[in-house]
Amino acid sequence: MSHDILMWSITSAQVMLAAAMLATLYRMFMGPRAQDRILALDALYVVAMLQLIALGIRTANQIYFELAMLIGLLGFVGTVALAKFLMRGEVVE
Amino acid sequence: MIPDLPLWLAIIVSACVVIGSLLTLAGCLGLVRLNDFYLRIHAPTMGTSMGGGLILLGSAIYFTVIQERPVFHEIAIFVFMTLTTPVTLMLLARASLFRDRYEKALTEANKAEDVKIENQPTN
Repeated sequence: MSHDILMWSITSAQVMLAAAMLATLYRMFMGPRAQDRILALDALYVVAMLQLIALGIRTANQIYFELAMLIGLLGFVGTVALAKFLMRGEVVE
Repeated sequence: MIPDLPLWLAIIVSACVVIGSLLTLAGCLGLVRLNDFYLRIHAPTMGTSMGGGLILLGSAIYFTVIQERPVFHEIAIFVFMTLTTPVTLMLLARASLFRDRYEKALTEANKAEDVKIENQPTN
């Protein structure tokens, strides 16, 4: 009973997070300007991290937590680097 | 796979995870539907703060119960996310503002140049 409840809710959560990833991918490919794409990439990092944590609950395995932490750290560094690249004004169309 | 767990735990964790993923989905749909960059930059904060916080809370409760010891790793991710998201979004907004101002200045300079060329006396 409780197993079924948890399985169904985690599966639906994973489906919803996958839909959220598709939404960010749409903005990343269709974004009119570079900052839209970078914003979408940042959101994609966060949603991928949540997806990994949901997978960790599903498999009752804590190794996914380490991966989620790694994604969180690298996502922050990547977004800051891309924002600094935009600030330099080298990407002006 | 998932061990046997009490019903109340399953209900609490399910509620946290489902509500959190719904909020994340709402934030990412806002990323698609809003039609200006300065509006869009507010949308992912929903997913990172509310959705991420709820999913991490559900994960913390779940692992605390099934491992029978306090598990607080998730709080580290939550604190890190709440600290870094405003920094990245502020940097992005400032970069975008800088680019907009630069391009506006560039087009105005081009317009002034055109006016100067048009007003030149022709012999």
